[in-house]
Amino acid sequence: MSAKSALELIKLTKRYGDTVAVEAIDQTIPNGTYACLLGPSGCGKSSTLRMIAGHETVSSGDILQNSLNITDLPPARRGTAMMFQSYALFPHLSVVDNVAFSLKMKGVDKKTRQAEARQLLELVDMAPYGDRLPTQLSGGQQQRVALARALITKPSILLLDEPLSALDPFLRIRMRTELKRLQRELGISFIHVTHSQDEALALADHIIVMNGGRIEQDGPPQTVFDAPRTEFVARFIGGHNILGETHGKMAVRTDRMSILQDQPEGQAMPATVRAVEYLGTMVNVTVEAPDAGELTVSVGDTAFFAKPVEIGQSVFLKWKPEHAHSLAA
Amino acid sequence: MEARPRSFYFLAAFFVLFLIFLYGPTITIAILSFQGPQGGLTFPMRGVSLHWFHELFQQQAVGDIWGSFARSFVLGLMVMVTTVVVSVMGGLAFRKRFPGSAVIFYLIITSLVIPSILISLGVGLIFSQSGLTVHWSTSGFGSQLTWTLPFGLLIMFAVFNRFDKSYEEAARDQGASAWQTIWHVVLPIIAPMLIGVALFGFTLSYDEFARTLLTAGSYNTLPLEIFGMTTNVTTPVIFALGTLTTGFSLIIIAVFLITVLVLNRRRARLGSDAGKGMV
Repeated sequence: MSAKSALELIKLTKRYGDTVAVEAIDQTIPNGTYACLLGPSGCGKSSTLRMIAGHETVSSGDILQNSLNITDLPPARRGTAMMFQSYALFPHLSVVDNVAFSLKMKGVDKKTRQAEARQLLELVDMAPYGDRLPTQLSGGQQQRVALARALITKPSILLLDEPLSALDPFLRIRMRTELKRLQRELGISFIHVTHSQDEALALADHIIVMNGGRIEQDGPPQTVFDAPRTEFVARFIGGHNILGETHGKMAVRTDRMSILQDQPEGQAMPATVRAVEYLGTMVNVTVEAPDAGELTVSVGDTAFFAKPVEIGQSVFLKWKPEHAHSLAA
Repeated sequence: MEARPRSFYFLAAFFVLFLIFLYGPTITIAILSFQGPQGGLTFPMRGVSLHWFHELFQQQAVGDIWGSFARSFVLGLMVMVTTVVVSVMGGLAFRKRFPGSAVIFYLIITSLVIPSILISLGVGLIFSQSGLTVHWSTSGFGSQLTWTLPFGLLIMFAVFNRFDKSYEEAARDQGASAWQTIWHVVLPIIAPMLIGVALFGFTLSYDEFARTLLTAGSYNTLPLEIFGMTTNVTTPVIFALGTLTTGFSLIIIAVFLITVLVLNRRRARLGSDAGKGMV
């Protein structure tokens, strides 16, 4: 492989008539990366994914894969494979035939392609279900089959369009772990579109937060969470309080703030407790501060119950100056 | 059991009346076709026999029953195949808006609202004026298509409206060419609906009267033949013919339904674990 074994997006733009869905984004995703495109609906993340997949034409800009321009190549010749949100398993074909579909299109004989398909089914723990029809499988099982079908083409990048959104919460977390395991074992890039920041934080090596067709911030999940660049990122990724100070806005993580029942020495922000939400390991206390509006403070359950606060109580908020992180306008 | 409101009985009675109105004539004809050899065109029944069915297979004084049946059958198949093929292609074309698509759509639909007999007259005139032979397999065929194609196309609109585009994207993603996508993915998925379109095409053609009236030429299709016979034939043989053709239509419908059923069964069996040999 060349020195630049990566997927590169260069000034990638998608316009639908007068509306710009994706606006000249630049991004490099090294091979073997689990990348998450994160953002609210309509932020351009799906359009970006579909352009990489070749299911959406590029209005302007380029997509390079290992320094090769793939912008106008058909989907199957890009080294990518896509897993659709609805899975799009062919309803008239058995699980094995679904997985073997790409080999059939290439003219591989039946015995070889079915054997290979069964190997892939083994990989996703679906070997016993090879002869079923997609409708006879649960959502999670269908997803595994869709995964096998995408992987049989030996892609160097797997594109996943909100792969977990159709699953129930319990299954979602299980499949999440499994996706990560597969990506690590296969050593290929996964590009995963999601609107769930939990999912992105849990899975990604590299998070790309999008908003209004642009990239707001990208980087390792820890950086994005710890140091959100803009107010949008801080709000979207969650876990932050936004404070409007005289010299610009600041973000402070909700778990970096502490609630004091008595006025401490030095500076502290007076506030009133409005709600207490018990979350098991944490307790979220919503307070209203006259200077900053509604804020949330996350307190560990032990600390909270050692000195509980009540709704309506007057408290003081305190945080270390180094935990206040200034945001770009 | 819960007490039914009075409106239930009223509506039920109304519905029964409707059913009688709908099927009464057919059933009456079916009963009368078993009229005894001495019986006439109306009640009372003078005995019960298969005499008139037997008579149907004899040389008729008026009417070429079996010839016209064969023509109707072949024409039905021609119309059926053409309707399916053209509707699918049209349905695929109309999935994307193209310049003039709205105009073409309305032109197609217009032929549904023009009175059938006018179309028949027009097609017949065009053929005879341009020196072409007016024949059931040419002018008659074309004239019937003005009826079945718009219907077929409308059905395909409904089919493709509900068709999930991601199937095609997935196929393309998997390296299928445009043809392979149609052949291996789109057509198999819409196959059950195509059977419906086929059945539609066939039955619409098989009982079409007005559109074939002035376009069939010298050889009649079955509906035309039956109509001719009603004015000339004075025996219950015409009832026997009616019963037989109705039965034939029912058989055709049954064949199509069974085909769908068998297709579904085969798919379902594929998936069940019962009797699964090691493959």
